[in-house]
Amino acid sequence: MTVAPGTAIWFARHEARLAWRDWLSMITAGRRERLRRVCLAILVFAIFLHFVAYWMIGPYADAAPDTSTLVAITTTILLSWLLMISQAMESMTRAFYSRSDLDLILASPVSADRLFAVRITTIALSVAAMALPLAAPFINILVVRGGGHWLGAYALIVAMGAAATALAVGFTVALFRLIGPKRTRLVAQVIAAVIGAAFVIGLQVAAILSYGTFSRTTVLQSQAVLAHAPSPDSIAWWPARAAMGDPVALIAVLAASLALLAIAIVVVSPRFGDYAVAAAGTSAATVRRTREVAFRPTSPRRALRHKEWMLLRRDPWLVSQTFMQMLYLIPPAVLLWRSFDDGNSAYNLLVPVLVMAAGQLAGGLAWLAISGEDAPDLVATAPVPKSFILRAKVEAVLGAIALVFAPLLAVLVIASPRHALVAAAGTLIATTAATAIQFWFRSQAKRSQFRRRQVSSRIATFSEAFSSIGWAATAAVAAVSLVLAIAPALIALLVLAGAWCMSPRTVNA
Amino acid sequence: MKHVMPPTRLALEISGLSKRFERPAVDGLDLAVRAGEFYALLGPNGAGKTTTLRMIAGLLRPDSGTITVAGIGALADPVAAKQIMAWISDEPMIYDKLSPSEYLEFVAGLWGIAPEPAQARAEELLGWLDLAPHAHERCEGFSKGMRQKVALAGALVHDPQVIILDEPLTGLDAGSARQVKNVLRQRVDAGGTIIMTTHILEVAERMADRIGVIAHGKLIAEGTLEELRQQAGNGLGGAASATLEDTFLALVAEQAQAA
Repeated sequence: MTVAPGTAIWFARHEARLAWRDWLSMITAGRRERLRRVCLAILVFAIFLHFVAYWMIGPYADAAPDTSTLVAITTTILLSWLLMISQAMESMTRAFYSRSDLDLILASPVSADRLFAVRITTIALSVAAMALPLAAPFINILVVRGGGHWLGAYALIVAMGAAATALAVGFTVALFRLIGPKRTRLVAQVIAAVIGAAFVIGLQVAAILSYGTFSRTTVLQSQAVLAHAPSPDSIAWWPARAAMGDPVALIAVLAASLALLAIAIVVVSPRFGDYAVAAAGTSAATVRRTREVAFRPTSPRRALRHKEWMLLRRDPWLVSQTFMQMLYLIPPAVLLWRSFDDGNSAYNLLVPVLVMAAGQLAGGLAWLAISGEDAPDLVATAPVPKSFILRAKVEAVLGAIALVFAPLLAVLVIASPRHALVAAAGTLIATTAATAIQFWFRSQAKRSQFRRRQVSSRIATFSEAFSSIGWAATAAVAAVSLVLAIAPALIALLVLAGAWCMSPRTVNA
Repeated sequence: MKHVMPPTRLALEISGLSKRFERPAVDGLDLAVRAGEFYALLGPNGAGKTTTLRMIAGLLRPDSGTITVAGIGALADPVAAKQIMAWISDEPMIYDKLSPSEYLEFVAGLWGIAPEPAQARAEELLGWLDLAPHAHERCEGFSKGMRQKVALAGALVHDPQVIILDEPLTGLDAGSARQVKNVLRQRVDAGGTIIMTTHILEVAERMADRIGVIAHGKLIAEGTLEELRQQAGNGLGGAASATLEDTFLALVAEQAQAA
C-alpha cells in the first residue's frame, strides 16, 4: 500500500519501524542471531511470572469490590501509573533534546506537527506496551481464576498509558516555560526518577513510623486508612472498578484518558518544533569556568581517583541517576533512627538493606569508572601497569561508597557494634563483587549511556543483581549466625564464579 | 629530563609485526623510524595503519613481532616505553567536565611529572595553541578543533620523545590545522620523533621527512617523495614532477594488480 509522504500514517510507519528496530537492537544487544534465545528466555520468564502471579494474587481473584479490595487495587494502579508517568517524562525529555532526526525533520518542508502528534502517541503506546508484559501474567491469572470481567484491566493499562503521557507532556512543557530549556532536562529526568520511588518510599516510611515494619501493606490495610477511605461508590474508585470490569467505570476512565491525550497532542504538537529548537540551543551555550589553582603534587593513582570523583561531582545528571538508588536508604535510615533503643530485630532488617544498596550503587559507579571512561586511550597509554589503573578505579568506587555509607555505619556502631561490623564487611564485599563484575564485562561506552548500561549485557546486569542479593542474604544471616552465613556466601561466590566464566574476557581468552 | 638521541639512532623499530582480526590487518610489517624524523604512514582505508599505530602505542597486543621504542622493548616493558611516548587519535578523547588546565594536570599526574614543571609546560603549551583564554573553561562547549588542541597539549605536556598521531588533522579548520602542524614541526626541530597517519596527502608531502605506504598490512613503499616516485616507476608514466597523490595512487594500484 502506498502512503503519501508527510501524512500522519506515513510518519507513524516511519516511527513504528524505528521503534521496532530500536527494541530489537536493545533486546538482542545488537546481535540478531540471539533473537531466538531471547524469545525463549522471555517465554520462560513469562511462564515463571504466571506462577508468581498465581501464588501472589490467585486467592484474590474472587474478591468483592469492598473498600479493602478497592484500596489495594487503587494503590497498585496508582503506583504503576506513577511509574508510567516517570517513563513518559523520560521519553518526552528525550524527544525534545535528542537531535537524532529532529534537524532533518525541522529542515524539511513537511508539516512537523503531524510527526510530533505521532511521536506523542508513540510515547503513550510504548508506555502502555512496557507495562503490559509485567501486568499480563497477573491479569491472566485473575481472568482464569475470577472470570472474564478482569479483562477490563488490559483496557485500563491503555488508558493509564494515555493519561500518563498527557500528564508528562503537560508537566515537561510547564517546566520548559517555568525554568527554561536549559534546566528542564535535568529537572525532568530527576523528577522522572524520583516520582516512582517516592511513592514506595513514602509508604515504607509511613509503615516504619507507624508500625516499625518495612511492609507497605501494613499501612494500606490498617484501620486508619480504611476508616478515612471514600465510600465504595465514590468516583475515586473508578479506575479500580474499571480494572475489575465495571463497564461504566471502564468507558469513563478510557474516554477521559484518551481525551486528555488528545488535548495534549492538539495543544503541544504545533509548538513542539519551537521547544526542540529552544532545547538545541542549550547544549553548548554556557561557558562554565573552573577555579584557577596551581598544579598539586600527585601520583598517577591519586590523579585517577581524583579525576573520577571530580567528573562525577560535576555532572548533576549522573549524580542524580547514580545516587537515585540511595533514596531507598531513607526507609532503613528512618528504621535505624526509630529503633535506636529497641534492640536487635530492626538491625537484622537493616544490615541486608545496606549491603544490597551498596552493591547496586557500586555497580553503577564501577560502570562509570571502567566502561564510561571518556579518554580510554589516554589512560591506556599512561606509563603505569594495567592493574594499577584498575586498582585506582576500584579505590575511587570504594571511596564514594564509603562516603555514602559511613554515616549510617557510624550510627550503627553506636547502636550495635556487631551489626555494624557485619554491615561494613558485607558492604565492602558487595561493592568489590559489583566492581569486579563491571570489570569483567567492561565495554567502552559514553557516560551519557549510563541509563542503557543494563541492556548492554544482561548477564552482567543479572549477575550484579544476584551478587548483591547473595551478599545481602549472607549479611542478613551473618547478623544472626556466622556459621549459617556460609551457605548464602557460597551461593554468592557461585554467582561471581558464573559471571567470571561467562564474561567476554574469559570467553575470548 | 628529556633524553636527546643522536639522529642516527632509531626511535622506532618494528619487526615482523602481525595482527589478525577477521582477516590479517597487519601482516609481517617491518618498519624503522629514525630519531628526530617526521614519518608519515599512508595507505588506503583498511590498510592497517591505525592497527599498527595502536600496537605501537600499547593499545593493542600484536599476534607476533617486536616493537622497540628508543631501544626499549615495548612488548617486554610497556610501562617504560609509554613513559617516552604520546598517542593522539583522530577523535580527541578528553573529559568534558574538566578544563584544559585540569586535563593537563591530570595527564601530568599520570606521567608522574612534578607539579611545578608540569604547570609551566602546560601554560606554555596552552599559549602556543591559543588556548590560554580558555584554560579554565570546561571543555564541554569546545569545538572539534579546540578539543584536538587540548588533546595535543596533553600529549606534549610530558615532553615525549616519540609522538604517534592517527589522523590528527581530520575535521580541523585551516587555522587549527596550521597551529597543530606548527607545533608538530617545532617538536621535530627540537629532536622529537613524529609518526603520523593522514589521508591529507598534501600535509604528508609538505611535512614528512619520509613516507611509508602500507597496503593489506604490508609496507609496499618507503622513502622521500623522490624515492617514492622512483619506486612507483611505470605507474606514473615517467612523470618526474608527479605529486604525492599521483605517486600514492600509482603505488597502491600496482600493489593491487600484483595481488
